[in-house]
Amino acid sequence: MTTQKQNTTNTQQGSSNTLLADVDIAVVGGGVVGCGVVRRLALAGASTVLIEKAADILDGASKGNSAILHTGFDAPPGSLEWECVQKGHAEYLEIHESMNLPLLKTGALVAAWSTDEEERLHGVLKKGLNNGVEDLCLLSQAEIKSREPHLADGVRAAIHVPREYVIDPWSTPLAYLLQAVDNGGRALFNAEVTGGEYDGSHWLLKTAKGKVRARYVINCAGLYGDTLDQAVFGESEFTIMPRKGQFVVFDMAASKLVNSVILPVPSERTKGIVLFPTIFGNMMVGPTAEEQDSRDDASVDKETLEMLASKAVNMLPALAGMPVTATYAGIRTATERKEYRIITDSERNWITLGGIRSTGLTSALGLAHHVLDLLNEMGADFTAITNPVVPQVPNLAEHLPRDCHKPGFEEIVCHCEMVTKREIDAALGGKIPAGSISGLKRRTRVTMGRCQGFYCSARLAELTEGKFETPLGIGDAHE
Amino acid sequence: MNDKLRSETWDVAIIGGGPAGLSAAITLKKAGINNIVVLDRENEAGGVPRHCGHPPFGIREFGRILTGPAYAKRIAETARQLNIEIALQSSVTSLKPEGKLSILRPEGEIELQAKRVLIATGTRETPRSARFVSGGRPLGICNTGALQAMVYLKNTIPFKRPVVIGTEIVSFSALFTCKRAGIKPVALLEEESKASVFWPIQYSAGILGVSLYRQTGIVEILGKERVTGVRVSDGNGQERLIECDGVLFTGKFVPEAGLVHMSHLKSDPATGAPILDQYGRCSDKAYYAAGNIIKNPVKVAGTCWQNGKIAATKIEKDLAGQLD
Repeated sequence: MTTQKQNTTNTQQGSSNTLLADVDIAVVGGGVVGCGVVRRLALAGASTVLIEKAADILDGASKGNSAILHTGFDAPPGSLEWECVQKGHAEYLEIHESMNLPLLKTGALVAAWSTDEEERLHGVLKKGLNNGVEDLCLLSQAEIKSREPHLADGVRAAIHVPREYVIDPWSTPLAYLLQAVDNGGRALFNAEVTGGEYDGSHWLLKTAKGKVRARYVINCAGLYGDTLDQAVFGESEFTIMPRKGQFVVFDMAASKLVNSVILPVPSERTKGIVLFPTIFGNMMVGPTAEEQDSRDDASVDKETLEMLASKAVNMLPALAGMPVTATYAGIRTATERKEYRIITDSERNWITLGGIRSTGLTSALGLAHHVLDLLNEMGADFTAITNPVVPQVPNLAEHLPRDCHKPGFEEIVCHCEMVTKREIDAALGGKIPAGSISGLKRRTRVTMGRCQGFYCSARLAELTEGKFETPLGIGDAHE
Repeated sequence: MNDKLRSETWDVAIIGGGPAGLSAAITLKKAGINNIVVLDRENEAGGVPRHCGHPPFGIREFGRILTGPAYAKRIAETARQLNIEIALQSSVTSLKPEGKLSILRPEGEIELQAKRVLIATGTRETPRSARFVSGGRPLGICNTGALQAMVYLKNTIPFKRPVVIGTEIVSFSALFTCKRAGIKPVALLEEESKASVFWPIQYSAGILGVSLYRQTGIVEILGKERVTGVRVSDGNGQERLIECDGVLFTGKFVPEAGLVHMSHLKSDPATGAPILDQYGRCSDKAYYAAGNIIKNPVKVAGTCWQNGKIAATKIEKDLAGQLD
């Protein structure tokens, strides 16, 4: 097998001096925020490039979010986060069908398990109603039981949040970026930004792949938002304090045990540990909130996983003995402060979107509008595209028809998740091809099911041979 | 094939064309039950032995020693010679009451009706995730099944110097796969004070020059892109680092029973296997199960073959109305 990487990105190869792009706006960071922002700016008529340091999008905080479309009922009142979450929620509902993005209308229950939590629940309700989420209501124990018959008896009261939904955390940003690209945008991968200079009218960004010239730069670098500002300005107004969240994913058979997202009564610091169905037909518990120095150490630990699993069983006793499919951790981009850290340098046409934590998946679309407003205030003047191209992404949601339900798929490669060869081939091609094995998993779900690659790793190694820098197969099995 | 599968009510549909499923099919056919179909999701029948490139297989069935792939070919061939219908690339997606199955095939989705269904979907090893092993998720972590499929079916390897976890029979088979593929395991770890199958492991570890560490468990997997090492702990809590480029988790077999768990059939929460009555029937009497899906600990192909035969005799009687 060869380990030669193919040129799978839509970028030019070149030395570090090559000018890779000369655009209105460079968006740095291919997480959900960067993808959402670049989409909006491309639709607004700007020429755009998204610059990502990894081989694929969603390599940082965005790969480990909990996939909930939030209403903002518990967001700080009047905050930008609250505003962007509400706008993002509304826009997602408007656009998801046109892009073939799924929506699982689960609703959520904020469940109180102690008298203390029960008391705090009233504050949560009041805050939520004040936040404009008017359909919140308190449920009696009987109402809770009828909605969630498997929930443990210890639940004392709950608030029903009808419009907290579950979405696909990975196809969503991909769809955003695809729409930017389909409407004239570009994406550069393996192109870490190492510095930049502003000449009074344009930025010249240095990347690992070459240079990018842009009138405006939007820093959406997530876990590296502060270090990017430091690299360019010598300082950052905030410091990323990585916060790890571990998750346990239970077998698909567990998903019939819960209908809604089961939220804890939130604390000041974190939304707490959530029990929720996924769009892929699993059930999950998590995340933890563990401060750490590393921005890329997403390791799990046995004790925490056991704690999460037992916490889940406490909430949902029928879960006992249910097989675990996967475990993983995400890293959230917390800072010294709770709120979003939006910094605008209108002298130098640079906007930094920092500290976008777990609400980012929902708020990205709202943040994108906010960025456009800021740019307009800075004097940018774009003419919105009329009749933009609306790309469709392949559906991975379990409750909707998948690729395997359409004849002619050639072969099921991953039997646990019913991933077809046709799906894998499509994800390896197209305008934003998968750049790594994990990128391919996020695009197709291959190996993400209950056997975790026991059956399909070999076939996957064959299908991806020569495609990725870090391949599955690393050499011949000689006789 | 879709039209054919749909067109009739089958006497017996067998899910899984491995040793247990094919042995049941052959037994039924020889007993004069002609209307049977074996459904297998792979491109070839034969089951897991297809990628166990080592002997000994076939002693009980054919009176001679074969490698896994040769054995798999032979049992599939035997079934074909008896004109048993084997539908490949046929993924059963749900089991419904009274023998109705949903099946996905490249030509499209169909429903099939059978008077009796035999579930012979086998077993698989517990992956790293379900073992709750600490550490990151670099490439280079797999089970024996994945390793053997890579080596024997696709001529590639996932690592060159792995740490091997577990000392069951399959671990012995994993070591030989490594030897054949030029992979040199750096250590073999067993959490217990002695190996599960002591002599074969001692022997194979010995000839491969792999050190066996007893009472030693894996504490953490290290590495970002690829595995760079593992931290292990011995019985006294003494920790040390072993450098390696992969981790091979062997054994701890669990039934491949996802279909059962998603269906109306009752299963045992402790083992995950379907609950059977004295005749090998599931909680819905149209369904039977045989082979490694009901064997704990996991059995060799010959035992599954035997077990498939027994299930077939029960089904034969059942169809004749002579079971209860």
